[in-house]
Amino acid sequence: MNEWYYLLDKVWLFPAIMAGSFLIILFFGKRFSERITSSIGILAVLACFVMSLVVAGQWIQRVNHPPTGAESAAAQEACGVKPETEHAAEGEAKAGGETKAGGGTEGETKTTEPAAEHKVITTTPRLVPAVGEGENAAGLQEGETPTTVAEGTSTEGTKAESTTESTKTESTTEGTKTESTTEGGEHAAAEGEHESVVPVCKSVTWFTIGENKYEAGMLLDGLSAMMLFTVSLISLLVHVYSKEYLHEDRRFTHYYAFLSLFTASMLFYVLGTNTLQMLVGWELVGVCSFALIGHWWEEKNNTDAALKAFLTNRVGDVGLILGVIITFFAAGGTSFNVFHINEYALQASAGQKALLFLGVLCLMGGVTSKSGQFPLHTWLPDAMAGPTPVSALIHAATMVVAGVYLIARMYGAFFAGMDIGSGLTIGIGGSHFFINWVALAGGITTLVGGTLAFVQHDLKKVLAYSTISQLGYMVMGLGVGAWTGATFHLFTHAMFKACLFLGAGSVSHACHHTFDMREMGGLKKYMPTTYRTFVVGGLALAGIPLMAGFWSKDEIMSGAFNNGYYPMFIMGAITACMTAAYTARAIQLTFHGEYRGHAHPHESPKVITIPLVILATMAVLLVFANIPNFTHAEPVPSWALRFEHFVQPTFAFPPVGPASAGDLPEVPFTGWLAVASFAAAVGFYLLGKKVVKDRINAGATEKNPVLRGGYQLLVNKYYLDRLYTDGIAGSMKGSIARAMYWINNKIIDGVVNAAGVSARAVGGFVYKFIDQGVVDTIVNSTGHASEGSGQYLRRVQSGKVQQYASLLFGSVLVLAICFVLIIR
Amino acid sequence: MLLNQYLFLAAILFAIGVYGALARKNGVMVLMSIELILNAVNINLIAFAAYWGAKTAGTPAECAPNVECAATAGPVFALFIIAVAAAEVGVGLAIVLMLYRNKRDINIDDMDLMKG
Repeated sequence: MNEWYYLLDKVWLFPAIMAGSFLIILFFGKRFSERITSSIGILAVLACFVMSLVVAGQWIQRVNHPPTGAESAAAQEACGVKPETEHAAEGEAKAGGETKAGGGTEGETKTTEPAAEHKVITTTPRLVPAVGEGENAAGLQEGETPTTVAEGTSTEGTKAESTTESTKTESTTEGTKTESTTEGGEHAAAEGEHESVVPVCKSVTWFTIGENKYEAGMLLDGLSAMMLFTVSLISLLVHVYSKEYLHEDRRFTHYYAFLSLFTASMLFYVLGTNTLQMLVGWELVGVCSFALIGHWWEEKNNTDAALKAFLTNRVGDVGLILGVIITFFAAGGTSFNVFHINEYALQASAGQKALLFLGVLCLMGGVTSKSGQFPLHTWLPDAMAGPTPVSALIHAATMVVAGVYLIARMYGAFFAGMDIGSGLTIGIGGSHFFINWVALAGGITTLVGGTLAFVQHDLKKVLAYSTISQLGYMVMGLGVGAWTGATFHLFTHAMFKACLFLGAGSVSHACHHTFDMREMGGLKKYMPTTYRTFVVGGLALAGIPLMAGFWSKDEIMSGAFNNGYYPMFIMGAITACMTAAYTARAIQLTFHGEYRGHAHPHESPKVITIPLVILATMAVLLVFANIPNFTHAEPVPSWALRFEHFVQPTFAFPPVGPASAGDLPEVPFTGWLAVASFAAAVGFYLLGKKVVKDRINAGATEKNPVLRGGYQLLVNKYYLDRLYTDGIAGSMKGSIARAMYWINNKIIDGVVNAAGVSARAVGGFVYKFIDQGVVDTIVNSTGHASEGSGQYLRRVQSGKVQQYASLLFGSVLVLAICFVLIIR
Repeated sequence: MLLNQYLFLAAILFAIGVYGALARKNGVMVLMSIELILNAVNINLIAFAAYWGAKTAGTPAECAPNVECAATAGPVFALFIIAVAAAEVGVGLAIVLMLYRNKRDINIDDMDLMKG
């Protein structure tokens, strides 16, 4: 391994540092002042942040100069996938040439500003898998009807072999043509790409059952490096922000301790190599979420919200545990390693796929609860009862994307199990489109969240429903095969949503701790910095061009459209319009018009505004992270699709190639879509602004019964809460209680009474006959016997020496006589 | 060699000693009777030693494993017993003397303090 990578295999330091900070604050925090306590947390997370920058830079180095040959094979082995030697050898030659062609680009990781590592300019051509014409032709020959990946592998492998041979000669003239054209077949192509960048894995044996060793370790690839950066950046800003926001709070120490623990667990979660470890991290973040939602537990609302979050998550976690077990067995029952499961899933036969489908469906249950997907999203708005920085960190930027991360991490399993590549085809009158569970869940969620955001008066709840909606977007993006779009949206969403939440916190800090938008308005002139950053975040959320949210959202939409998931595309489009409108509504109600409250609003101190400014800057700068390749240049120019290049895995990952049968198409840039999206976002933003400003909708619900019904439906959150508490819990608890009462009375009491009666009877018998009869007799008779014999033997001991002597001589005489008689 | 006479003498001495030890009430007399018993044993030892030594003098091979023992073990044991007897009498007389000093009497029947 290159010395440059010295931090990549030591990523365990991240959770370790934060866990250390947690322990120090927990045990000694009470003795420290607020200032020292917060400084410990901030320093620890700052160290993590700096390290994450280094790790990101090193990862970029590794992508630019991927390990080759034996090194690559060793790295694969470490990640739980057996390397194929002939591929490795081939890859060595190719990748070696590749590196030279690319020219030595020393990673420009001078990360003075947070976004810098995403703007590293390289001259290395992008590793586009199999874009040669030969491959394309082979794909077309296979026919347009979607087939499964496994079929494609077997049939196309040989055919493409010959066609790509010719491509090879052609491509040499082009010079920059990438590898994998020689390998033939899409699977082989994917294999070839594996050689390019293998993640860095480091494991130790955790436990051994039979001959199977189960390992625990840390893995680092583009996705986890991105998550490290996101988590530590937002955690750092939240740590700083909380210093002011929770100033003189009663449980300041506990707050910081849990913030550290949360960061540690989240970092542990994103670095886990296997599903068991991820399960541990997943539960740990759940616990921290519970503790922090209920931070002000003196009010019953807050404890209720904390319990609701925890219990709702338990429902999904049952699915997660089942999913972990089923995918373990679906992948041969030897390893929990995610790469192993992905690799296995991608080569699964039809029979194994059924099991795999069940497994990922169960995992989807976990995703549904943790990432707030319909119908288990109801805990997320209530979780806003916690302190606002916590909402920003946990319930907007990091913890709630754990589910999205799970799908992204186990994308091989989800891809194969849910048939994302080929889809469940539904034909309507000649045309057909795809659909699958992941995309459907995401699509419904995004609509539900988007509609509910309109009727909230609480600023944080608007943001919470917006978060649900955006999480739905990400899940939908993964469901339609737009992996990069979804993860990029995760990244950008973390930035602008954290910015919005912290902005809302700043507003509430200024307005007497209220989040009710009816008591705000006109804050623009009182708090200019908060206003500007909030607007930037809001515009990014609304998907206004030149903001990060535009590109990421557009990429998901484009993926849905180009991959044939038309229903998801429509859902996404409707939501995009709604997002722009409700964001406009929130900004208008909060910052414009006349002030309606009774406090004396003022701008927040710098500790609060600086994190806002940083996050708003990020929300803009991330535009440059993944600019679409709208010139359609081949190879992809070095300014475009950087995020995709560095983050999208190339190892144990579904084959991505040109739109041939069974493949997941590369998401191309679709010009008209971008323009339409642009127009819709701006249009609806302005529409929403105007409606709220001029109160066009005033009285609409009174006049129109349909609107009133709709409003009622939304205000009551689609009656989901009522369904859960009254419908499900209510109906169950009565009958369960009655059944339990009957069981208690008849069966348990019967058993207990019968046990009592019989024990009494047995006891009486034992007392009478065994204790009194047998045991006592033995004891008494022993005593009597000793006493009686003592009475007799006592007389022998007369104290007279001569009597003893005569006894002695007498007995010697007797013995002598015996001796003589017997021996003789 | 007439072994029987010696053994007979020893038996008579032993019987007298036992009688004296069991029947006499005077402590000193009891001690003297014990001396008789011990000396009866000594006579036995010497007699047997002389007997075996004379018998095997010409043919040492007959009692090859312990020829020396046969020749010398008897007198050695006798000497040993004399020494023990002397010690025993010393201790016994001392006890009797102490008894006399305390009780002005050496009747053994009166000394039954250890009666159970």
